[in-house]
Amino acid sequence: MSVQTSARPAPMQGPASLVEQFERGLDAPICLTWELTYACNLECAHCLSSSGRRDPRELTTGQCEAVIDELQRMQVFYVNIGGGEPTIRPDFWHLLQYAVDHQVGVKFSTNGVRMTPDRARLLASTDYVDVQISVDGATAEVNDYVRGPGSYATAITALENLAQAGFKDAKISVVVTRQNVTQLDEFQSLARKYGATLRLTRLRPSGRGAHVWDELHPLPEQQKLLYDWLVANGDDVLTGDSFFHLSAFGAPLPGLNLCGAGRVVCLIDPVGDVYACPFAIHDSFLAGNVLDGGGFRAVWQESELFTSLRSPQTGGACASCSFYDSCRGGCMAAKFFTGLPLDGPDPECVQGYGEQALAGERTLPAPSQDHSRTVATRNAPVLLQLTRRPDLAAPPVSACTESPLAGFSPAATTVPTKEA
Amino acid sequence: MTPLDEPWTLSASVALRPEPFGALAYHFGNRKLTFLKAPQLLEVVRLLAEHPDARSALVAAGVPTAQHRAYAAALEGLADADMVRRRVEVEGR
Repeated sequence: MSVQTSARPAPMQGPASLVEQFERGLDAPICLTWELTYACNLECAHCLSSSGRRDPRELTTGQCEAVIDELQRMQVFYVNIGGGEPTIRPDFWHLLQYAVDHQVGVKFSTNGVRMTPDRARLLASTDYVDVQISVDGATAEVNDYVRGPGSYATAITALENLAQAGFKDAKISVVVTRQNVTQLDEFQSLARKYGATLRLTRLRPSGRGAHVWDELHPLPEQQKLLYDWLVANGDDVLTGDSFFHLSAFGAPLPGLNLCGAGRVVCLIDPVGDVYACPFAIHDSFLAGNVLDGGGFRAVWQESELFTSLRSPQTGGACASCSFYDSCRGGCMAAKFFTGLPLDGPDPECVQGYGEQALAGERTLPAPSQDHSRTVATRNAPVLLQLTRRPDLAAPPVSACTESPLAGFSPAATTVPTKEA
Repeated sequence: MTPLDEPWTLSASVALRPEPFGALAYHFGNRKLTFLKAPQLLEVVRLLAEHPDARSALVAAGVPTAQHRAYAAALEGLADADMVRRRVEVEGR
């Protein structure tokens, strides 16, 4: 989403600022994410929806069309479609056309597996569709480490097909990790190469991400690097406003610096459940289902959960922090899935309060859904890899080894010179 | 000549959604979302096409003269994002 807030005749006339208005919620979401299926050909280590296998209760084509009709009535201008891998659904292209025909624009995220030259040409012929290709490394090595073998090549082929079909301004969507945060300039070059725009988002400890967050989330010094890079390059890069926790480093980043969960954003999952935000697929943030009597509108406007999220929040432990106005306590989902209190600091608080909180006693919440494959396939990434200790040239020598050369390391042997 | 003396209209690919603070404007072509941060600005934007120039749209929406310059700036900001366009009048028809 590209958000502009310039068009305001000064001085401000309304009683409340825009941020305050948003905190109280809108009649319809600005930005709605809709995961169409839990099925996926990949098994990314950090998948925020723990996707893999289709859920038998997933919405039918007719039910999906009814949701689109309702979004049209509510004037939700566009939906972000994701999954799982949404293009795996046999009716995906039909639903795409149905949404566009009903004035609901579509931006969909894909790993590129179905982005054939034919499909790319079809997409290039419409104005209302935007495509995001997920890439989590500027090189195959870094990408495939978390997304699985071959996934980089698939994404690049998709980008090539889109560019060749004349599709303008696709998005390259990157989750920033400890491993790829040093590749930001390379991602930017990759985007330029395919006439695309770079989109960076924050790694959340949601779904399977909870298991790997400790190893993948950017280190504190990398957060500063990321912030500086965003300040320098922010105009050309989309962020989904997801790095507002970094605003406590200094000047706020462009975009909305607040948590929009249940206020301006929400998520519809493949079975029609409505959650407060795309990163909070958990019973604690479940507001209702689109198949309930009042449909999506009633869930958005009347559910108990969303009403409470829109009521005034206290800063809790963060209220006394002088940076509270910048980061507003950070990301609700990041706190929840790392077992931190929701009214305390973000686990990646740039003032260091997150690390203190993480060091204390906490219990990670049990997941309330998991559609991961039960048996790993050849597409599964392998994060834990066997390597030798870099400080040992050879395995340790046991006392009963018979080899006369055991323990002999030529490199370590110094040959006396004549001068000595 | 200022933008207020020119004829304007809302772009064809823009949809408006009224909100308590004003409105959301979404451009389906360039996919930009803009906040119109005052209900009166929404009214002005809606009236543009019916009036020979922006100034008379401002007057019709009841915007005080003192605020006209601020509205002219807002209009230009909206034009930069292609939310509104200068209307091309076809002469002699």
